[in-house]
Amino acid sequence: MKKTVFLGALTVAGLAAGAAAAGTIDDVKARGKLNCGVTTGLVGFAAPDANGEWSGFDVAVCRAVAAAVLGDATAVEFVPTTGKTRFTALASGEIDMLARNTTWTFSRDVDLKFTFVGVNYYDGQGFMVPKELGVSSAKELDGSTVCIQTGTTTELNLADFFRANNISYEPVPIETNAEAQQQYLAGACDVYTTDASGLAATRATFEAPADHILLPEIVSKEPLGPLVRHGDDEWGDVVRWTLNALITAEELGVTSANIGEMSAAAGNNPEINRLLGTEGNLGEMLGLSADWAKNAIAASGNYGEVFEKNIGEATPIGLARGLNAQWTEGGLIYSPPFR
Amino acid sequence: MTTVSDPPKEGFRLSQLIYDTRYRSMTIQIVALIGFLTLIFWLINNTATNLAELGKEPSFRFLSEPAGYDINQRLLDYQSQDTHLRAALIGLLNTLLVAVMGCITATIIGVIVGVLRLSKNWLVSRLMAVYVEMFRNVPVLLWIVFVMAVLIETLPAPRAFRGDNATASMMLNDSVAVTNRGVYVPEPLFSRGLGDIHLLGDSSLRFDVSLDLIAILIVLGLGFFVSHKIKQRADHVQETTGDRPTTWYLRLGVVSLPFIVLLYALGFHLGYPELKGFNFRGGTHMRNSLIALWLALSLYTAAFIAEIVRAGILAISHGQTEAAAALGLRQNRIMNLVVLPQALRVIIPPLISNYLNLTKNSSLAIAVGYMDITGTLGGITLNQTGRELETLLLLMLCYLIISLSISAVMNWYNESVKLRER
Repeated sequence: MKKTVFLGALTVAGLAAGAAAAGTIDDVKARGKLNCGVTTGLVGFAAPDANGEWSGFDVAVCRAVAAAVLGDATAVEFVPTTGKTRFTALASGEIDMLARNTTWTFSRDVDLKFTFVGVNYYDGQGFMVPKELGVSSAKELDGSTVCIQTGTTTELNLADFFRANNISYEPVPIETNAEAQQQYLAGACDVYTTDASGLAATRATFEAPADHILLPEIVSKEPLGPLVRHGDDEWGDVVRWTLNALITAEELGVTSANIGEMSAAAGNNPEINRLLGTEGNLGEMLGLSADWAKNAIAASGNYGEVFEKNIGEATPIGLARGLNAQWTEGGLIYSPPFR
Repeated sequence: MTTVSDPPKEGFRLSQLIYDTRYRSMTIQIVALIGFLTLIFWLINNTATNLAELGKEPSFRFLSEPAGYDINQRLLDYQSQDTHLRAALIGLLNTLLVAVMGCITATIIGVIVGVLRLSKNWLVSRLMAVYVEMFRNVPVLLWIVFVMAVLIETLPAPRAFRGDNATASMMLNDSVAVTNRGVYVPEPLFSRGLGDIHLLGDSSLRFDVSLDLIAILIVLGLGFFVSHKIKQRADHVQETTGDRPTTWYLRLGVVSLPFIVLLYALGFHLGYPELKGFNFRGGTHMRNSLIALWLALSLYTAAFIAEIVRAGILAISHGQTEAAAALGLRQNRIMNLVVLPQALRVIIPPLISNYLNLTKNSSLAIAVGYMDITGTLGGITLNQTGRELETLLLLMLCYLIISLSISAVMNWYNESVKLRER
């Protein structure tokens, strides 16, 4: 009799454990730490430095979200993920958000049940070849051996590109960027293909970057952005508007240098006031403190500062703003208004 | 107070289930079974609930959708527009290819090393011991990556073969090219080939069977059959007259002559690899990934097989060797005719589990970019469709079937060499 009661209780407890799940934002606050999925190491986007401190363009998004939610830009646990493990990590709740140059596609959004909260880098797939091959266009790559990172959209784009141009190639699937680099440099493949920004970042780490060129063809649209799980819209809003706050800050001229002064008292630009919490209650609506955006921007600067510091033209990676300039400068970076 | 001899006054009471030794073990088993089934039910139910909450009901429809990715090594034809099911099939064949190649090589190396380790030659036996200890005690993943790195870094890239001052050249009269992308060897071609039969139409499981290959197999099979008949006849003559007729030229002739005639009729010639554009074209391309995986798996498993063979040989009593020597048999004959056949009985059961290990270890293929079934179905397909549960279940089923088949075949073989006690 007692055994039956015990078994029954066990079953009920088990079923209950399967069902309950609190909102991500409460989880993060309770934990005091944000679990953020990043790459296993791509210089400029997310890589640990000599002291083990993560830095980079994607890392800055994680830090901004941590600063907005917890008021502390260092309260982030960086979880390195590969192209293969990233979605499982996010879907299983191991990480709260993924900022890992991940392309926003229909099937990932709809079928894999993720919410892309915006785009922080407009990219496209490119090709890198050694200069000595004398190739000037991707259409001349008939019969070449191409290194690709497996588990990414790039291998689908690659198959489509070569099929559309009716040329043959030999794919060499590779698990991580570091292995791809080794094979490419040893000449085990003629071409390395991935997002153009990733190619630039990889090339910057070569001993002789000038011996390698990026071909002019960009064969795909790769809008990269942070993403969260479907079904937790409050958390999605937090990440989305943190990203938008960084973008709006650049548009309105709010930088990490002048933010202290600007947020001290309400100025005469109402949108800056609303953004920085000196007017209105946008923070409260998000379930955050009034100075959430101030903290997010102060963490590593506005969008433009983050870009210039990590991947801009002054860095070894040397990417031009291009499509990623503000809409006012002819680019695609555009945030909805803070109102 | 009752005594033991008292007959029970009443029939079955519930408490007997626990206190009566006649029923207790059954009670415990039933409770344990219920507990186990509840756990299983809870696991399945929990998974189903969580998946339903995420809006991802288990479905295998993705298998019939286009895969969209290319696979470099394929034993059957495959394009990126084929289905995920076909991609999985290509991966499965690649797994089987490396497993079969690996098992054969590992057995050959293992037996040789195992026998040599017992050699009386100090240097040889020590060298073999070093080999066994080195391979057995380092994880196989490291060996795979190491072999691949050695192949990539030490061999010349195809561009080194180009130009007037090429730093590398082809081997064996310009027929074999060894590059850091793999080894290109001449391929057999038939200018008057019989064509292929296409089986299973246009479905995902379609495959082509080469009629040339079938013709060759039939002719060779017939040749060996006739050769066997000649041997039987020679045995018969030897038994009746005591003289064995010389038959080796007859036996060689019936196997090789029809074969050569057939090859000529089919227009057999070799296709040589040639440097064209970025790569060598033509010939058969054995990719580095396959070579690295095959070598590493074979050498690693061979170290274990060597120990099994050594144990098997040592298990045969020394009296057998001495008795054979007393009969006047030579060293190698003693090994081949007396010791090894008996040692096989000890060797085969652990050998089976090493074959299984090798097959399962082949799932490390992705480390060198070899597209086995873990790379296609459990790698790219999983990633592009996001169906973790379904792909992993399919993957486990595939490995289970492969492993059970290997076990079945090897058990059957074990049965046939087992000691018959009469």
